[in-house]
Amino acid sequence: MKLTIQINEGPYQHQSADSAYFFAKAALDKGHEIFRIFFYHDGVNNGTRLTTPPQDDRNIVSRWTELAQEHDIDMVLCVAAAQRRGIVDDGEAERNGKDATNIAPGFRISGLGQLVEGGIQSDRLVVFGD
Amino acid sequence: MSMLHLVNKSPYENNNVSTASSTMRSDDVMLLIEDAVYAAVKGGKASTMLEGHKVSVLGPDLAARGIAEDKLASDVDVIDYAGFVDLVESNDKVQSWL
Repeated sequence: MKLTIQINEGPYQHQSADSAYFFAKAALDKGHEIFRIFFYHDGVNNGTRLTTPPQDDRNIVSRWTELAQEHDIDMVLCVAAAQRRGIVDDGEAERNGKDATNIAPGFRISGLGQLVEGGIQSDRLVVFGD
Repeated sequence: MSMLHLVNKSPYENNNVSTASSTMRSDDVMLLIEDAVYAAVKGGKASTMLEGHKVSVLGPDLAARGIAEDKLASDVDVIDYAGFVDLVESNDKVQSWL
């Protein structure tokens, strides 16, 4: 089965970032394919590399990065949501005149078309949010 | 065609369990995750809403809230994340009641 996962909430504020991660991991363990993970609304906060949780807490951001690198998963942050919340990659920094970037490895910023394509290309779209 | 209804809110917080159950067809399944696991407690507010429906509940989310399995309505199926994946695969569509 080919899956696209949508996440609408940020890390450390709502369980959905954790639920989505454990679901994704279980799907991969069963041999399913994750076509894309699309982060929407506050979900884009899953993609800032500047997060520094206490050492005895899970690092939700690096956990995503490791999962994506291990399984070659396309992780997309919604561009409009990212701009509002200050999640910046090189292209956005240049386009909007920002002096820094903060996107975490394994994530990229793109448009809602990526979510639509994920829904079309995948067998199931599973949404996690509030 | 069957649908997996994914509910994540407690029945004491909003009406999603009730609304979702009222739209379920006979082949559909409801999966209770996050705070929705409270809906699976025997004799609770949601127990009559779920009667006659196929209902599963995510075990790790039950455990995180300190709900023992012997407190659940008897016809509720306790599953893990692997079971969650299986439900997504065995139903044609997944509707998240957010």
